[in-house]
Amino acid sequence: MAGNEKKPFLLEFEKPLAELQERIERIRELAEESSVDISSQIRQLETKYVQLRDEIFSSLTPAQRLQLARHPRRPSTLDYIQAICDEWIELHGDRRGKDDPALVGGVGKLAGIPVVLLGHQKGRDTKDNVARNFGMAAPGGYRKAMRLMEHANRFGMPIISFIDTPGAWAGLEAEELGQGEAIAYNLREMFRLDVPIICTVIGEGGSGGALGIGVSDRLMMFEHAVYYVASPEACASILWKDAVKSVPASAQAAEALRINSQAAEALKITAKDLKNLGILDQILPEPLGGAHADSIRAAEVLKDAILKNLQQLQLLPSAELRSLRYDKFRQMGIFTEG
Amino acid sequence: MPQLGSLFDWFADRQKTSPSIQQQQEREIADGLWTKCEDCNAIAYTKDLIANQMVCLECGHHKRVSCHERISQLIDDDTWIPLDEQLQPSDPLKFRDRKAYSDRLRETQRKTGLTDAVVTGMGKIEGSPIALGVMDFRFMGGSMGSVVGEKLTRAIEYATANRIAVAIVCASGGARMQEGMLSLMQMAKISGALERHREAQLLYLPILTHPTTGGVIASFAMLGDIILAEPKATIGFAGRRVIEQTLREKLPDDFQTSEYLLKKGFVDKIVPRTQLKHTVAQLVRLHQTVGS
Ligand SMILES: [Zn+2]
Repeated sequence: MAGNEKKPFLLEFEKPLAELQERIERIRELAEESSVDISSQIRQLETKYVQLRDEIFSSLTPAQRLQLARHPRRPSTLDYIQAICDEWIELHGDRRGKDDPALVGGVGKLAGIPVVLLGHQKGRDTKDNVARNFGMAAPGGYRKAMRLMEHANRFGMPIISFIDTPGAWAGLEAEELGQGEAIAYNLREMFRLDVPIICTVIGEGGSGGALGIGVSDRLMMFEHAVYYVASPEACASILWKDAVKSVPASAQAAEALRINSQAAEALKITAKDLKNLGILDQILPEPLGGAHADSIRAAEVLKDAILKNLQQLQLLPSAELRSLRYDKFRQMGIFTEG
Repeated sequence: MPQLGSLFDWFADRQKTSPSIQQQQEREIADGLWTKCEDCNAIAYTKDLIANQMVCLECGHHKRVSCHERISQLIDDDTWIPLDEQLQPSDPLKFRDRKAYSDRLRETQRKTGLTDAVVTGMGKIEGSPIALGVMDFRFMGGSMGSVVGEKLTRAIEYATANRIAVAIVCASGGARMQEGMLSLMQMAKISGALERHREAQLLYLPILTHPTTGGVIASFAMLGDIILAEPKATIGFAGRRVIEQTLREKLPDDFQTSEYLLKKGFVDKIVPRTQLKHTVAQLVRLHQTVGS
């Protein structure tokens, strides 16, 4: 998939791994040149590498997962669509005057089953990211999504949606065109559709902008994906508003990081948290090192999970499907009564 | 999704309530016989102001009203039956910023006398039955958590089952961060209930009051068959400050006001509070079909 051949982008906690890998490579080269047998030492280092990797990835903090979810090399909606479909044609436009590149969709075949696929699309590099507004969809994007979902409904095609957005676009034109209305309309109409809807958070699930294509019969999340009501940064800036200013200027950057990671922890944004809260149906395991470390494997896991769920959902008559979808969201919320 | 601008305002308001001498004096005005208008500074006899539904007699400024005042303004006397008053918020995330959410809840409940940010029930409006939800901005900025979502959903389901119209008076900064994703999911839950109400061919009227923003505007506030707004309310999806930062230019003066939304085609009618009851009743009557 795109991006994997480029120079790797490293997160802070990925660096010890990269350094160790580099050392192993160097030793291997030296060994070849000097024809000394040090294969047992190399094996030792490789074992150490696996241990270190397991250690790091089994104890990721929510803030570190957030970084992985936003990793610039993380597979995008189009990467997954291209990897899992037998064939696919992208379709354009909301038929209201807009074609939002931040939300893509089209028709395709998944293991022989015709489906409609759609999702937020982040850029694959800086230039692409600017063109795609970093995956922040405008009202036209949500209306395009709805138009494609109506299409799916008309032709009895299941809907496969992918969430990967920092949030809906906050801009003057977005407000003028009714960002709130566009999302609200989707939330309501998705309950009306007669076809199965399977939604996967592949990276970042940013609030209402994510939910706008997120009403579904099955909600899945990749292991390191995140889904939040407000980004930890936004949450911190409201709830811990003056905390950063209260420390000396030289310490403010570190304090901001600390508070953001505290907010990431408090908001319960990880797949495991959301499973516990009764919001998420299924966690998709990622290859060690994250989906970007082995995007082909990640796509296989995704395809397999979609197909398994699809098999179950396709057995249901549409009235039952809709009723179960209603019940699924109906039970969300925790309060006391009595 | 919490709307940053109005949540900032709410926190600022909260900080302001720490007693200062000036505040003390103002409260004496408010508690006493006279009330000062926040907008034009006109001093009015409080009884007159209440009789005018807290709309300034000089400039027409719509002062914030509590959910109970709102219900008495809209619903015929002695017809109000509250629903689901027993629902209480909990603290499912054990959320703690600089204060524990559970403490914040208890404190707000004590100060407002409310259990959470919405009151729901049914009653009559000029003789027509209606289910009504009224949000209260005083309760943590009218933010929507599990209780707000559940009570509104039940009120809508009640309206569907009894084949009556439903109206929701909106006043909210958006989703309640302290309940995390459970808050976000209330947007979908309420929208699902509205879909069933709509399928049953029943009328839903959101009434947008100051402020209606964030996750509320991106769900039930924008899903009305007919959408009404009070004059000069702030209504929008994203915070004005956030947009200004991304735009680096000044926004139009009336940006994200009721009047702006009317101009852009997202609101049907701006209705002054003093005419609100009659307008809602008239709309409900106009949509009553034979047999319902
Ligand atoms: Zn006035």
